[in-house]
Amino acid sequence: MNETKRLGGQTVEFLSRPTILGTGVVVGPKEAEGPLGPDFECVENDPMLGQESWEKAESMLFTKAVTECLKKSALSPSDVNFIVAGDLLNQCTASSFGLRALGVPYLGIYGACSTMAEGLSIGAMLVDGGYASRVICAAGSHFCSAEKQYRFPLEYGGQRPPGAQWTVTGCGAAAVGQGGSVKIAYATTGKIEDMGIKDANNMGAAMAPAFVSTVKAHFEDTGRTPNDYDLIISGDLGAVGREIAAELLDKEGYSFGENYKDCGMMIFDSKKQDTHAGGSGCGCSASVLCGHLLPQMEQKKISRLLFVATGALLSPTTTLQGESIPAIAHAVSLEI
Amino acid sequence: MQKTEYKQYAEKHTPDSPMGKNLTWAFLVGGAICTVGQLLGDFFRSRGMEQDAVSAAVSISLIFLSILFTGLDLYDGLAKHAGAGTLVPITGFANAVASPAMEFKTEGYILGLGAKMFVVAGPVITYGVVSSILAGVIYYLFLM
Repeated sequence: MNETKRLGGQTVEFLSRPTILGTGVVVGPKEAEGPLGPDFECVENDPMLGQESWEKAESMLFTKAVTECLKKSALSPSDVNFIVAGDLLNQCTASSFGLRALGVPYLGIYGACSTMAEGLSIGAMLVDGGYASRVICAAGSHFCSAEKQYRFPLEYGGQRPPGAQWTVTGCGAAAVGQGGSVKIAYATTGKIEDMGIKDANNMGAAMAPAFVSTVKAHFEDTGRTPNDYDLIISGDLGAVGREIAAELLDKEGYSFGENYKDCGMMIFDSKKQDTHAGGSGCGCSASVLCGHLLPQMEQKKISRLLFVATGALLSPTTTLQGESIPAIAHAVSLEI
Repeated sequence: MQKTEYKQYAEKHTPDSPMGKNLTWAFLVGGAICTVGQLLGDFFRSRGMEQDAVSAAVSISLIFLSILFTGLDLYDGLAKHAGAGTLVPITGFANAVASPAMEFKTEGYILGLGAKMFVVAGPVITYGVVSSILAGVIYYLFLM
């Protein structure tokens, strides 16, 4: 093992600093109406994307986002050594079905809503390790297929509690390789944290401890401090989870103030768009990162970013069986 | 922080459902649905229907309207505000059957629509039947 690449218990440093070559994002109509709407270039106004089922529509999000990412990075599928992608559907079918025609070696991953950070970590490891020149990392979700799988049929008349979140319809893809302007410096892989929260309608509270644990590990492993970052981003803790996370981090001696934001709260205007605690889903952090944050870095508006996507590793079955929600958070440190 | 302590801490940070607003909506919409039922009943009676037939006709009409509004993508929008007001009347049951039927049609008419139709309303049927059996046994033993 190359000791110089490992820092502390959970972090790896990418000595060659792999970069982001280009991104592709496709979102649905609700996301386009949100505060980040102008940043999303590809908007699908039909939530079905012209398909016959929600699942096919979600696969189409992957096809389109990755195609857009290839175009933006000036790559053809044969230039790409790996595609690392995942989603929320059972057996990760949205990504595998959506990418089957591409003819690129594929690694399917599952990290719930932390998938984008997990994918970027793996992608950067592959490039930095010399196993690949170019890797595409993608993650996505679809509100309707997620509702169908995790909650109730779409037309079912139910009420959502105030702490509930709204799954983002969107897919973000980023190509990793050498030669771009945004560099990937470190990745801190999260441990599974379970603080005993059982309410599947309050995933922010379930995921906040995982976020805090990974952020803490990142600072301990790298020796960096909050001052080293212009912005720290959590994936989809939402309003409830963000408040808890900020308080817990404060107690640990890490204060970010306004420099800590949450993708779930950025992508929707929760009051106007009635999304309660905010956005969630693999597509939430993926589209905010690829559509908004990375372009901001390229425009030099942000120079150092700690992107920490969070995931609730539950299934409808474990919820019905009364199990608590294990959660995870992976951090990727980006800089220009 | 211990798990029990964290649970309480998290609950403190989680906003409660707006009880007063929800109850008001439920009362008004639930009441309105029942008023529609009453008006339908009066109409059917005025056309000379017997009381038994009126009861059935009112139920059938409300079920039809509920499924129609479910199909038109309107019922869930109303239910979002009305909560128990749209859930408790017979219209809620109809919506709970129609919505999975629509959702799972993509998995075919047999194992999709047919099998999943009662995925939400199934427990109501199961425990409705069980309690009617219990009620029947009690009636047979003590009241016959």
